[in-house]
Amino acid sequence: MLARRRGPGVTPPPILEARDLVKRFPAGGGLGLGGRTVHALNGVSLAIAAGETLAVVGESGCGKTTLAHCLTGLTTPSAGRLLLDGEDAAAMLRREPMRFRRRVQIVFQDPYASLNPRRRVADTVGDALRIHRLCPRRARRDRVAALIAEVGLGEEHLDRFPHELSGGQRQRVAIARALAVEPAVVVCDEPVSALDVSIQAQVINLLRDLQARRSVGYLFISHNLALVRHIARRIAVMYLGEVVETGTTAELRRRLLHPYSQALFAAAPEIGRPPGTARPPLSGDVPSPIDMPRGCPFHTRCPHARARCAAEAPALRPVDGRMVRCHFAEELSA
Amino acid sequence: MTDLLRVEGLSVEFPTARGVVRAVADLSFALGRGETVALVGESGSGKSTAALSLLRLVPPGTGRVSAGRVLLDGEDLLALPAAALRKVRGARVGMIFQDPMMALNPVFTIGAQIAETLRRHAGMTAAAAEARAIELLRRVQVPAPERRIRQYPHNLSGGMRQRVMIAIALACRPALLIADEPTTALDVTVQAQVLALVADLKAELGMAVLLITHDLGVVWETAQRVVVLYAGRKVEEGPVATVFARPGHPYTAGLLRAARWQEDGGRLAEIPGTVPSPLALPPGCAFAPRCPLAVARCREARPPSQALGRDQEAACWRAGEAPA
Repeated sequence: MLARRRGPGVTPPPILEARDLVKRFPAGGGLGLGGRTVHALNGVSLAIAAGETLAVVGESGCGKTTLAHCLTGLTTPSAGRLLLDGEDAAAMLRREPMRFRRRVQIVFQDPYASLNPRRRVADTVGDALRIHRLCPRRARRDRVAALIAEVGLGEEHLDRFPHELSGGQRQRVAIARALAVEPAVVVCDEPVSALDVSIQAQVINLLRDLQARRSVGYLFISHNLALVRHIARRIAVMYLGEVVETGTTAELRRRLLHPYSQALFAAAPEIGRPPGTARPPLSGDVPSPIDMPRGCPFHTRCPHARARCAAEAPALRPVDGRMVRCHFAEELSA
Repeated sequence: MTDLLRVEGLSVEFPTARGVVRAVADLSFALGRGETVALVGESGSGKSTAALSLLRLVPPGTGRVSAGRVLLDGEDLLALPAAALRKVRGARVGMIFQDPMMALNPVFTIGAQIAETLRRHAGMTAAAAEARAIELLRRVQVPAPERRIRQYPHNLSGGMRQRVMIAIALACRPALLIADEPTTALDVTVQAQVLALVADLKAELGMAVLLITHDLGVVWETAQRVVVLYAGRKVEEGPVATVFARPGHPYTAGLLRAARWQEDGGRLAEIPGTVPSPLALPPGCAFAPRCPLAVARCREARPPSQALGRDQEAACWRAGEAPA
């Protein structure tokens, strides 16, 4: 959001960059003996710069959570490269994992699952400082208190257990823990979707304030399209393990080119939309990432699909100020 | 128009180790024939408990309806003998739930579960019920229904399971469909399919829908009237267009502001604080501790529902003063 103030077209250097990330999981046989493969990520490239927010949107099974895990070193990609400050992250994760983790942190969807129920808030947040040796033991509690204050909690919360906190407060603790090591990038995997509407705004405002103060970059994974348009400078739309359209929020708000992005954004109910103006919904379900369709992965549901779409997979290419993966993007935009 | 459903003064209590929780307190609303009314609230607002108690589905031993009437065509469902109530459930009133995996029986085929409703309520033979089950699955747009009726719930995707549940709920052409967060577990494109399907069926069967949801976008696109719940009580009711344009209660106004993410990336309007514990409700208005308009009176006495022009009401001492 800070990056908004820079002139248009000025691209700051990326901190975290994914190049053609591929992730396959063995399926069926348990030990991979079934011979079947889940194609979770099929060549995803993206980059996050300081102080900016890149949102990744898509439905269940599109690979957005696998992407989050690859970007944070929680899972090893099957192919492709991950670069941190231009350096090969795979090597860094092998030799100096702590150096990687000080730069890249993650906040998960469900703070009840991501916080240790048997540790108090001060210990959970303090662990990050202890493990990374960021602050002498004597000063640790003060540092934790400052972090807790920064996320809008008070001294009285320091000695509480997660079950003594509300959902919104727990997510604040998870954010404080991620920020304790002063990371350059935080991957936020659906950070507010488990929270009530009235609490979501509190947490989004907090993330926004922290970004303004610390210039941290966010990769923000969400299925809430209205929220994404609010928080992100750039958006990447994913379908079946691929980015199908990506560009600035301003460009994408003006117009969506990929038929899947159009269907996805049109399907989200919107307050104030005149009745009867919603597009007819997409038919069918997302195909299984085990039996990937040939050609364009979206052609089985695409209202504009033609023979070429079933035969040939489209490449991600620039059209009308954004990148889009569709053979007929020019025609559809006309 | 006479009301199809009238809920009058419904209260539901759950005894707990730390005292009695009133999950629903003195709830009244009505639903006309063919109308869609949305019951809206956040977690703990009592919306699901209210929906379950209409058909006496709150598990006995956990909670009980302590007061009120639920009139379906003038007949009080809360006073009906068990056998008569079973004739209402599934026949005159259908219900669908958030999680179809929990609502469908995992050890019976899809076909058997749809046919059960038809055999029990419509007295159909096994063969006739199977034929009708296939027809119903086709109507809810399940592809290859002849094959699907032999399958089990775990063979289907979430969207397909939700369609099966709708097929069961609609098997006997009910006058009322109660839908408890029917699309919350679904992706947005599948949600759009399911909502479009419910709208089509509603038009075709002239069915009324009571939609329980936390999603104000869904309310806007599907309901004619909305009932907003907070901490177990109705705080506002009115036509969707009126309430969304001019919310009478500060809580409704806050929810609407929070749900309309501005696109300028500016600061979002928050509702500060959290929902109070049902065991420690404040003495006056339950929303007063979080309310930007609260005055001394709000903390002392609970506001009654007041009319705000035609067809809209809000339980607030300062009703109508909330900025939209």
